[in-house]
Parts: sequence; C-alpha cells; structure tokens
Amino acid sequence: MAETTLSAPAKPAPNSNRPGTAALLLNNTLATSGLAVLLAICLIALAAPILPLPDPDVTAPANRLLPVFSEGHLLGTDHLGRDLLSRLIWGTRVSLAVGLSATAIAAFFGSLLGLVAGYAGGRTDAVIMRGIDMVMAFPYILLALAIVAVLGPGLLNALYAIALVNIPFFARNIRGITLGLSRREFVDAARLSGKSPVQILFLEILPNVLPVIVITMSTTIGWMILETAGLSFLGLGAQPPQADLGSMLGEGRKILFTAPHVSIIPGLMIFALVMSINLFGDGVRDILDPRLRAGSLTRPVSRTAVERDCTSVPQPSSEDGVLDVRGMRTEFQIGSSVYKAVGGVDLHLKQGECLGIVGESGSGKSVTAMSIMGLVPTPPGRISGGAAYLEGEDLFAASNRRIKDLRGGTVAYVFQDPLSTLHPLFTVGDQLKEAISTHQPLSGKALTDKAVELLTLVRIPNAKERLSAYPHELSGGMRQRVCIAMALANDAKVLIADEPTTALDVTVQSQVLTLMNGLRREKNTAVLFITHDFGVVSALCDRVAVMYAGKIVETGTTEDVLSNPRHPYTAKLIDCVPVLGQPERRVDAIEGRPPVVNNLPDGCAFAARCPRARAACRRGEIELEMTTGDSGVRCLFPLGKGEDA
Amino acid sequence: MNQQSPPGTGGAPLLAMTDIERVFGGERKLFGGHNPAVHAVQGVSLDVKRGETLGVVGESGCGKSTLARLVTGLDHPTAGTITFEGQDLGALSRKDRKALASKVQYVFQDPVASLNPRKTIRSILEAPLKHLTRLDADGREKRLADMLQAVNLSPEFLERYPHEFSGGQAQRIGIARALAAKPELIVLDEPVSALDVSVQAQVLNLLDDLKAQFGLTYIFISHDLSVVESVSDRVAVMYFGRLAEVGPAREVFRAPLHPYTDLLMRSAPAPGRHNLMSEDAAAELPDPYNPPKGCAFAARCGQATSLCLAEKPAPDAAKGTDDAHFAACHHPLAPAEAVKANVAPDTT
Repeated sequence: MAETTLSAPAKPAPNSNRPGTAALLLNNTLATSGLAVLLAICLIALAAPILPLPDPDVTAPANRLLPVFSEGHLLGTDHLGRDLLSRLIWGTRVSLAVGLSATAIAAFFGSLLGLVAGYAGGRTDAVIMRGIDMVMAFPYILLALAIVAVLGPGLLNALYAIALVNIPFFARNIRGITLGLSRREFVDAARLSGKSPVQILFLEILPNVLPVIVITMSTTIGWMILETAGLSFLGLGAQPPQADLGSMLGEGRKILFTAPHVSIIPGLMIFALVMSINLFGDGVRDILDPRLRAGSLTRPVSRTAVERDCTSVPQPSSEDGVLDVRGMRTEFQIGSSVYKAVGGVDLHLKQGECLGIVGESGSGKSVTAMSIMGLVPTPPGRISGGAAYLEGEDLFAASNRRIKDLRGGTVAYVFQDPLSTLHPLFTVGDQLKEAISTHQPLSGKALTDKAVELLTLVRIPNAKERLSAYPHELSGGMRQRVCIAMALANDAKVLIADEPTTALDVTVQSQVLTLMNGLRREKNTAVLFITHDFGVVSALCDRVAVMYAGKIVETGTTEDVLSNPRHPYTAKLIDCVPVLGQPERRVDAIEGRPPVVNNLPDGCAFAARCPRARAACRRGEIELEMTTGDSGVRCLFPLGKGEDA
Repeated sequence: MNQQSPPGTGGAPLLAMTDIERVFGGERKLFGGHNPAVHAVQGVSLDVKRGETLGVVGESGCGKSTLARLVTGLDHPTAGTITFEGQDLGALSRKDRKALASKVQYVFQDPVASLNPRKTIRSILEAPLKHLTRLDADGREKRLADMLQAVNLSPEFLERYPHEFSGGQAQRIGIARALAAKPELIVLDEPVSALDVSVQAQVLNLLDDLKAQFGLTYIFISHDLSVVESVSDRVAVMYFGRLAEVGPAREVFRAPLHPYTDLLMRSAPAPGRHNLMSEDAAAELPDPYNPPKGCAFAARCGQATSLCLAEKPAPDAAKGTDDAHFAACHHPLAPAEAVKANVAPDTT
C-alpha cells in the first residue's frame, strides 16, 4: 500500500531534486568513512613503488625484531629484520590485488552460470545448480585447501581456489534474480520484437542484473581478502619471501608473545581493510536499493509525523458524526521538493453511513485514508495541517499508544490487495485470532469461537476448517473476506476501505460489495470507501466526494452527483467510462494529465483540462462552495442541470 | 467437438483455432505417476476474421491470457492447431519466430513492466524494426517518427527511460512497439485495465483510430464487460478454460444465452445501479486439479440439472437468433429459448 501512495506523488516529476547517488552516499557517515579509509589504503598501496621504502624482502638479521618507532623502521622489523612498514604496504597491495581479481573472476563465472541457469530453466538449470550445490557441499576452506593441494601452493593458485569457492555465491544470487526477471513482461516483449535468446539474456536481462552483481561484489571483496589471508596464513598462499597480509600474520604467530607487533600490525591492516570495504559495500547496497532512492535514508516510523501549526487547529464541525476530518493536509518531502498530496480535505462520517471517495491515481484519495490513522510513512510523509476527530478526540494530537489501540479497534482498514495484506506464513486463523486478541482479552476456545464467528459473518463456508488455511490456499474473494473479518473483529466504528474490490473479479466484487453493504447495516459501521469506479460507488455509498489533485472538488449524495454532476471534472470522469448496454457511445476522454502536486497551478487545478475554464479560474484559491448541508462544488462556473461539460 | 469451427463466420479467417488445448504440469514424476495437470485452455475453437475486433471476456483464471500467449506464439498448445492465414502457427513459430512476430503482435497488461527499465524508448522501439524488418538506419528513423506520431507522443521522448512515463504514455509506447513491424493481428491483453479511467478512454480511442488507419485486426482481452462491449464486433466469453458463449457483441450483450454471461453482466457495477446481482459465497471456481465432469459452471448455475452435472455441453449446444451466436449450455436462458424455437429447423 505504501508503495502506491509513495509512487503516486513521486512519479510525475522524475527530474525533480532528488538526491543523486553521490549525495546519498555522502549522507551515510559510515559508508563515507569506509570509503575514505579504503581510498587512503588503496592510494598508499598503489604508491608503494614510488614511496621511499626499503626493499620488503631484504633480510638483516642484525636488526631483527626491532620494536615500533625504531630509527629507520617506523613499524619495526620482523624476525628476519625486514622492514615491517614496507612489508605491510607491499603486502596490502598483494592482498588487495588478489581479493579484487578473485572477486572479478568469481563474479564473472558465477554471474554467467546464474544468468544461463535462470534464463534457460529446465534441465540446464537443474544440471548447473546441482553442480553448484556440490561445490557448496564442502566447507569453503576445505575445498580451497584441496584445490591448492592439487595445484600446489602459490598466490595464483590460492586466487583460483578462492575464486572457485565463491562462484556458487554469485551463481545462486544471480540465478534467483534472473529467474524472476525472465518471467517479466518486457522479456516476452523482447521475444516478440524478434530478439534471440542470447540477445535477450545479455542485452535485456543483464543490464537489470548488473546492480545486483555490483552489490554482491562490493560485499564480497572483504570476505575474499580474508579468505586469501587465511590460505596464506596456512602457508598455502603467498610463498616466502613475498609479503602478503596473511603470510605476515602467519610468520608473526610463532613469536606472538615475544614480539606481538609483528602479527598485530598486519592483523590491524586486515581489519581496517575489510571493515572499510564492508562499510562502503553496505553503503553502495543501500544506494542501489530502489526503496532508498526515493530520498529517505531512514526507515519509516510507526506513525506519520504531525507537524502542524498548533495555534490554528480547526475545531470539529457542528455536525455530529463518528469521524470528522477538518482541513487535513499531508505532504511528502522528496529531495527539496514538497508534494502536497492532500491539500486541505474536510470529511465527516455519521454512524452507519458510507462515504465514497472517488479519484484517479495521484488524486490523494489513498493518502487521505492513510493519514487519518497516521499510516503514511514518515519520512517522506508528514501531516502538515488540519485535524481528524474521532468522536470528538483529535487523532493527530493523540499519543502513539492511543493510536495503536485505536488502529484495528475503533478504526479498521481494508486494503486493495488481500494477498499482500495477509502474512503468507501464518494461517488465516492465526492472523484473525491475533487481530482479536490484540484488542480483546480472549484466549483459547473463546478466541477460536470468535474467529469462527467472524468468518461465518463474512459468509465463508466451512469457517472452522478454513481457520487452518494459509492465505495462498484461498481465492482472492475469500482472502478479502478474511481481511474484512479482521477489520470487523473488534466492532470497529469506522471502516476505511481502500479500493477493496479493485483486485477482484467482477462476480466476486459484487459478492464482496453486497457483503460489505449488509455488514455495515447490521453493525452500523461508518465506512469510508475509496475507489476510482463510480459504478462501485453507486452500489454502496450514500454520499460521495470526488477528489482531484489533493482536494475535494465535489461532494454530495451519490444520486445527486451521479445524475447531476456540477464540477466539469466529475462530469467528464463519469462520461469517459464505457457503460454496459451502450456500445455506441464513443467514450469521451479527458485530454491532458492531472497536475503534479509539487507544482500546483494557481486557482483551479483542473483549469488546464477544462473546456469551461476562464481567466478567473486560474487565480487565487477556489473554495468548496456548499449549497446544501451535504452537497458542494469547488468550481466558479459549475454545470447546471443536464448540462454537458 | 467434431465441427471445425462455429459456422457463420464467413470467408477465410485470418486466424483459426481448432480445438486447442494447453495443459500445464502433468510431467512424469521421478518415482512413477504424474504431477497434477491443469487444463488452462481446453477445446477452444475460434475464428478471427480480418479487420474485426474479437473481444475475449472472462474472469481471472479462465484461460484468456493463456489463449493470448498461444496466439502470439509465446506458448504452444499441447493439442489442437492454430492457423494464421492458413499456415500452422506452431510450425511457423518453430521454424521462424520472426516471421510470426512480424505478423502477430502483443500489447501487455502492465505497460510499465513491459518496457525494460534500463533501455531508452528509442532502443525499445527500434528492436522490432531491427529484427523484424529490413529497414536501413534512415528507414528506421522515419518509421520511428511515424509510429510516435501515430500514438500521439512527442519525438523528444525517444531518449528517455520508461520510469519517466505515466501509465498511459507507457501503454502508448507499448502500442507503438506492437505497431512497429506492421503486424496484421494485435493481441491486446487487458490493455487498459492498469490505467486510470480518464487515460483508459484516451487509449481506447487511440486503438480505435489505429485500427481504422492501419487496417488492423484485434483480439481484445479484458475482464471489463463494458470496455469489451464498446470495442468488439464479436465476443467470446470464457469460463474455466472453455468457451462459454461466442457471438456478435451486440447479440451476446443484448440476449445472453449462457447463464454465466448473464451473471457477469448483472455483476458489473455501473453508475446509477444500486442492486448488484450477488451469488452465494459458496459459488467459487471449480478446482482446476479436479475439474467437474459436467458443465464447469453447473455448481454456480441456477438452471443446472442432472444433465449439466453429468455431461459437458458442446460449444454450440445452444444457438441464438443470430447464426453466429453460440453457447455451451444445455439450458440456455429464456429469451433465447423462445427465439431458438423459431429457428429450430436450422439447428442440428
């Protein structure tokens, strides 16, 4: 759900001031410091030949085991009198080179195997992946030892061994991603464009897998350096006199107690190197993670931030009702631009009443629904004004604890996609029972009975047996019934339903709508029903509010609005949908697109697409003019009775 | 069924499906027996005439998307044949995928997912031109410009990436890609269901214009009856992998023969309609792993008799007033029943 609300305001302006890759990385302190340390180490290692260092391999038994800060030997000398600083820098150079090349080799072959296995599927996949499984069946160090034993010790052989044992890691990762990608529609489209399988694999799929390869590489290099050091430590990698962090550590081990600095210095270097690479790798991963690309570097908190001017909180309206929303504003801060997703919405709901909010995607209807109980993710979202009163209590001023109690209790939600709302690993019975026991002190048999009662209430046949079903075992309609049962578990006074039937088939939709209609009358629940479909509104809602660019442009009883729309947008929205039984009618499209909510025009937001717009429409703020208690329109030149837009 | 295809379609069809079937699963297991098999499409015989729009309606899981993939050669039927201009489609696509792709194209449901996020619009639109036509660089450039103009997109969009487009624009790009190699038949798989209603109307009108302009034939797949009614010349209603009803759009919607078509029509919400038809909650699709012996709809049908439970109705068991109007139903709905009596001598 959060995804749609987020993508709606974010989509229209791709070139807005979103933080770039570099800015995002610099924002992450740990990753930046990792990068700085890594860069420093790399620069020093690269500069080794031009630095005034003594030859790392020249022994001088007279000067053996000099301590740190000795004359001419900054870090002292080892048991053969070789300069430790020089050996350290040259050794780091070797370790880095081996780590990088092993990673590159493993990434190349692993990714290739993964790509082919994932795309080809079937027998090819089975053969490749079973081969990979065999490699993985041995502990990596054992396998590396075996390989080195066969090839003979030496740095190059250690490199091959390390690369080989890491191929499965890449292959498995990449195969999974490829498998998912090759079932995507753009791959079918490429096939229909006449591309050959090889072209599809390397020109269509590979570019999409590349970020994952990079991420995997960045998190593996550190590990590879460690493994190389491990082999060298065992004397199977770099051979004397060549310096390498692992072999230095191995040589120092024997004199750990007499001259600890000989082993501590390379140990610290390994630590600094691997740590900095991992920190930087994590930073890279976070940046390439599309969720974080939206501009927020912290995880959303449990409740939307409220940043409103406390002096101008609107009072509840005089009408009595369960839910009363006054002048609610919700914004998203993405980069330096502010998307005003909801720009001052007034709603009120009486007990047992059903209010439909109709609008297209990006009109702010879902954000309105989510804002009421603080479900808009922060960051980037925040409530920047207005109030929502639940039976007189200001929800935006309530404590987090209070909101937690109300959610799923007095105010319950039903979302669009029941498959993603229900947890796939728990039975519907468990989830239903959890919804009940969070708010009611029931347990054991009483809890089960209540769950069965709820499932029966939403007309699920064999309720008792269905309790032990997992969500995937139920059809879409049944799943949505379970979600409705969960919403009703604690006798909610307000039910907020966000496109609950959009994902359902039409015959199932009519079942669910009929069910909801029956239940709200039975339980006298107020329903806020969000949809894009005037047909659904007709079937269920007493009143309707039409939203456009974050504002309500028209409201009234369903019958009035449908038979006699007054805002040109409402009229056009009704007209542009084909109606069953009228095939001759050419649907009347609304030209143009809704405005972007980070850059709303002055005056009426619909003016640019409206055939009746005049100069006055493009100036100032246009108020929602209420004609009677229930109906109103935000238009200077509303349509008369029977007039066409 | 033994008949070739429902008669009354007249002339040589552009595309003819004869008794096609697509089974998923059913492979032999390692230790004896077979994996469970699902018949996604079964016993479907359907013709598409040149220049018409055939609407295919049905709910999720009825096999309409599988049908679309079979027609475009993205998948192959496990039984039955599909011919395109008299040539066997299976053989054609195995022999030369490109030959088929240049004649039959596909427009996907999710416009954004059907565009590779890492490719510019130019490279997406050029792919079919490069691989399916013999155009040189200049010819391709010109065709690109023509295509963009045909779908009302400005040429500056060529250098952009798919995520920069709204759903409606992305679908126009998808349509332009399908048009690129000048196909004769375009399969539109739910082309507007992911779009906002105001954009949906724009795309429907665009499709209508393009069809007239390029003399295209459409197979228009959708779950939305009102959309199908507004675009189709003929309609095929699918249920549980089989054809429930086929006929001229107007006839099918005016006087549905099959109770399922009737149920669909009465379930569809429409502005100003208060009482939706609603069945009992027990009314679910039959289990695909354990398909019923008789009519798949019998369990949900008010008119079902023991005959319906015992025997599958032939695709042309019931006939409407129009010669081309058929339904797979033992007990078609009343208005047609009366009409059927009048034309009784014609029925077999």
